[in-house]
Amino acid sequence: MANQTKKFLYINRRAPYGTVYALEGLETVLIGAAFEQDVSMAFMDDGVFQLKDHQDSGETGMKNFSPTYRALGDYEVTKLYVERESLEARGLRPEDLMALTYEDEDDDYKEKPSIHIVSSAELADILEIQDVIFNF
Amino acid sequence: MSFEVNGKTYETDEEGYLADLSQWNPEAAEYMAKEDDCDLSEYHWEVINFLREYYEEYQIAPAVRVLTKAIGKKLGKDKGNSKYLYELFPYGPAKQACKYAGLPKPTGCV
Repeated sequence: MANQTKKFLYINRRAPYGTVYALEGLETVLIGAAFEQDVSMAFMDDGVFQLKDHQDSGETGMKNFSPTYRALGDYEVTKLYVERESLEARGLRPEDLMALTYEDEDDDYKEKPSIHIVSSAELADILEIQDVIFNF
Repeated sequence: MSFEVNGKTYETDEEGYLADLSQWNPEAAEYMAKEDDCDLSEYHWEVINFLREYYEEYQIAPAVRVLTKAIGKKLGKDKGNSKYLYELFPYGPAKQACKYAGLPKPTGCV
């Protein structure tokens, strides 16, 4: 329906390299961003590795596409939820992730963090309010 | 497909985008533009160089909406609007300028 914004959530559960899911998921988000919906992303299980800082994909034979996550703010994708339990199970701390930010147009273009660390219970609530969910 | 400038051969895909972006140089850009009857001015080059920097940083060619906003921020509001960019690149600023910049077609561009 025209002029009706829906809430889209893209769930990323897989490691960035080894399969094409993470890259395809990211491209889908970027393409979908053109439709001006309310888009957010969730990272859980091995998906949390997608946001890890200082990636080196050299030996995988895949391009290191992690810099592209930094463009998400330009595409107005500003809500990236990372499940705390998945991070901890993999020995990762929030500071091991890329410091992704966006400029808030409604607040004098202040830089704000895009990544939010949430518990699995909080993530469940976020899932609850979505209109459309994609799994990658 | 391919084309040749000054003895160097450039491979392209079926839409004329460079197959290997590391092959790119300004001569190739000038040639591709000429083929489209487009003479590259310093204003075209501002956008082309901007796109190359954007790709270098983010590993993607930005969508036209994102390009327009980012150009406005970098080069000023009078250039960050679709009228200005479409005058420079009538076939679509993202699509056409990315081609001359040696980048792939923007993600999500049909």
